[in-house]
Amino acid sequence: MNIGQTDFYTQAILSLAALVGLTSFLMLGQSRLLRLIFVFALQGFLLTLTTSLAAYSLNNPHLYISAALTLLLKVIFIPWMLRREVLQMNIHRDVQTLKNKTMVMLGGASLMVFSYYVLHPIVQTTTPAMLNALAVSLSVVLLGMLLMISHRQAVAHVVGFMSIENGLFFAAIVATKGMPMVVELGIAFDVLVAAVLFGIFFLHIRSSIDSLDVDLLNRLNEVDK
Amino acid sequence: MIAAYFVLLIPFAGIIFFAIADSKSDMGKINVYFNAVCLLATLWLAVNVFNHGTILSTNKAYIVDPFNVYLIVLTAFVGLTTSIFSAPYMAHENEIGKLTAGRLKLYYTMYQGFMLAMYLVLTTNNLGIMWVAMEGATLATVLLVSLYRTPESIEAAWKYFILCGVGIAQALFGTILLYYAAMQIGDGSNALLWSVLYENAQKLNPEILEIAFVFMLIGYGTKIGLVPLHNWLPDAHSEGPTPMSAVLSGLLLNDALYAVVRNKMLVDGTTHSNIAGYLMMGFGLLSFLVGALFLHRQKDIKRLFSYSSIEHMGMMTFAFGIGGSLATYAALLHMTVHSLTKSAIFVTVGHTAQIAGTQRIEKIRGLIRTQPQVGWGLLIGTLAIAGFPPFGVFTSEFLVLLATMHSYPWLAPLVLLGIGIAFAGLFRHIQPIVYGEKPEGQLPVKANLWPVIIHLGLVLWLGLSIPGFLAHWFSQATVLISGSTPL
Repeated sequence: MNIGQTDFYTQAILSLAALVGLTSFLMLGQSRLLRLIFVFALQGFLLTLTTSLAAYSLNNPHLYISAALTLLLKVIFIPWMLRREVLQMNIHRDVQTLKNKTMVMLGGASLMVFSYYVLHPIVQTTTPAMLNALAVSLSVVLLGMLLMISHRQAVAHVVGFMSIENGLFFAAIVATKGMPMVVELGIAFDVLVAAVLFGIFFLHIRSSIDSLDVDLLNRLNEVDK
Repeated sequence: MIAAYFVLLIPFAGIIFFAIADSKSDMGKINVYFNAVCLLATLWLAVNVFNHGTILSTNKAYIVDPFNVYLIVLTAFVGLTTSIFSAPYMAHENEIGKLTAGRLKLYYTMYQGFMLAMYLVLTTNNLGIMWVAMEGATLATVLLVSLYRTPESIEAAWKYFILCGVGIAQALFGTILLYYAAMQIGDGSNALLWSVLYENAQKLNPEILEIAFVFMLIGYGTKIGLVPLHNWLPDAHSEGPTPMSAVLSGLLLNDALYAVVRNKMLVDGTTHSNIAGYLMMGFGLLSFLVGALFLHRQKDIKRLFSYSSIEHMGMMTFAFGIGGSLATYAALLHMTVHSLTKSAIFVTVGHTAQIAGTQRIEKIRGLIRTQPQVGWGLLIGTLAIAGFPPFGVFTSEFLVLLATMHSYPWLAPLVLLGIGIAFAGLFRHIQPIVYGEKPEGQLPVKANLWPVIIHLGLVLWLGLSIPGFLAHWFSQATVLISGSTPL
């Protein structure tokens, strides 16, 4: 593929895909919660940018609505809620010790390669640019999971969860020019409800274990104690 | 088609009603009324489908065919009987101070919310909306799992939320891939409609659909409780209120399996290889065997029966995976009898836990001496779920075994072994519970056992003879899914 020969839209999508992938890696290696939330908001902003760009270039006005929804939910509401939570719990000065950071980053890199491998059969039916964009969105989904596994704070789990949604959204916009409007509204509604529920949960977890460290949630298992 | 709108509107009205209702009113009874009216609407819908065949709404947003209509009626039926059980049960929990009136209101609101999500999963023709509704079902039930606000229940709810949320995100990725494949052959606005995709399945790109199916199986499979994605299920079932365990086991798992089978029908039409079937067989058999083995080491009576759910869902997934008409027929029958039996069992388990004041198996003893109805209910329910003749579960398990011997004879010993292990696992725990000596001071509770009697009666009836119209229905659904008539 020769980048120079592709049109402006494809070039922009490719750079945005790269940036979205980069933010996922930044989140993965982040040990301070406030910075993690900031990078997450940044990823949401890149997603908003992608959506508006797609709306403009493809002349598809309904994508402006989903861009506005992304901006409101992922860039403003959820980061605001998480930030408030972290400040209230007074855990923003804690530096999480990530166990074997190098391994996690290497794992992330191999997940990216794996995404390309999984989606490779698609290349026969589409442009290489599309393969790149789809593979990056799959790897954002997988990196979100890795983030949840490697971080032990409930806040980081929420960020991972929402960044998985970001990856899915990116795939939907780039590969299929957005889902049908009714589906997109439904997904946005689900994300909103999920965010509110997470807020409620923080309250409950805090009052039951007096911390947001999910390692302390370990009462239920199959092993006798 | 009006009937289908009624089925969706009634629970929606229920949500609004309970959200603004006065928490002093008799909400348990009103919940029963809502579910009863909804059952009538679903029966009306069923009669329509019975007379006119598949119904597609004018804007193509909803589809009701023989496959989903019977699940819709089953959902409404189990929803109704569970609400009959839950009214006195939740009132008791309120009396003993485990719940406040405000949380009772939340419970009833979310009960209707869950029912709405289930009906939407079943009736929608749009695979994207199906995903949204499935996620909606998680969101509606997550606060119910943590209803008691004990540290254990909050942990269970958090696990449920995170695991199912992340799991089901995979299904959305699969749906996006499917949409991408559909966009290549036609216009975008209809490209997620199941009926349109099904007609054009031949033209879809098989490679993309195979990848999409893997993601969907993992996504919806998390909700079915397929091993190794099952960890949330025993926790959520054991820590939430018992009526919730009954509807989770009886309805949610079925509907997630329904979503997988719908997608499998598309993939089969496209690829002409049995890749989807093999994946389902593998995951199904693994869940079946692991579920059966884990039955043996359970200490909590609700966890015990949630592992039994994993085992049975594994068997259904396996049977749908085998494909053919006989296996599909068996799987459809098994879905019905399993949800009827399992919700009946959870009703008796709920009363059992209230009698004994605990869910620890070793502390529950002498049930028949304390309250014979509950004790016998639990014993007969366990016999039914373990696959004893003449109950319906025996018929369906026998048909699954028959189909296995027919298509993959070398897997039949594993199926038989699993059934045996599960039987032993259930009885080593249940036998001392129902017989044993009654502990000092154990008193009967106020119980309404009609749901149990009706459910087990139906399961017995289905085991002795399947009524003509139902058999006709199962055959129609089998033809729809597998393409050939059974028997």
